[in-house]
Amino acid sequence: MERIPILKMGEFLLVTIQVDMHDQLAITLQDDLTQQIVKHRAHGVLIDISSLEIVDSFIGRMIGNIAGMARMLDAETVLVGMKPAVAITLVELGMSLPGVRTALNVEKGMAMLHGSLKGKEFFGRDIEG
Amino acid sequence: MAAILKDETAPITTSGDIVKVRQLVRELTISLGFGLVEQTKMVTAASELARNALDHGGGGKVQLQVLNNEMRRGLKLTFIDEGPGIQDLEQALRDGFSTGSGMGLGLSGAKRLANEFEIESVPGKGTKVMITRWRNT
Repeated sequence: MERIPILKMGEFLLVTIQVDMHDQLAITLQDDLTQQIVKHRAHGVLIDISSLEIVDSFIGRMIGNIAGMARMLDAETVLVGMKPAVAITLVELGMSLPGVRTALNVEKGMAMLHGSLKGKEFFGRDIEG
Repeated sequence: MAAILKDETAPITTSGDIVKVRQLVRELTISLGFGLVEQTKMVTAASELARNALDHGGGGKVQLQVLNNEMRRGLKLTFIDEGPGIQDLEQALRDGFSTGSGMGLGLSGAKRLANEFEIESVPGKGTKVMITRWRNT
């Protein structure tokens, strides 16, 4: 079965969406990712969409759902690599992805996640590797 | 009345077909010389309407027409399904209204992304949505 690979990068998980998303693939990704978050005790997820030429409301909703599911499993999601034309279109479509944090690229996204993990540590939270 | 330079039809019966419709629209917008943002808007609008036809209309088809209107050229897409139709068009065109799996942005979003938008729906008979985007010159 076709799957979107999930890579473990230190304490974070990296999902690179490269193929044109369809329903079954999106559902499989939600399943796989939530299991990987628990398995690796990951506190952060990076979703790289730099290869996506379009994001419609279906894919947008899927990204929002993933961020919500990850949050319930104590992991934060940062969406990285959105193309400018996609950003323009998404806003005009009426979808500005509330509740999903974004960064320009994977590196900046990682820095953002590290920053929020440090904040958590400050409040005495355990960080598991 | 605009001349039709190209006219093709594609089925919308599976979610894989939505991907194919996006590819067809992308190719046609490129051949028309649309800029990247224009292409992206039209492909996204097509994706929304194809999903509507599949999810709400139980599948259907899309007619893709390249138009020439004296001074400008454009792409017209007509999505046709024979589903239950829309009872309240005004409500369906409002942001956030949804009966399906989307976010209720399909119709209103596609309308904003196109230059021209028309919808005809007969309850019990089906729905026809037309969008046109002209090449910015």
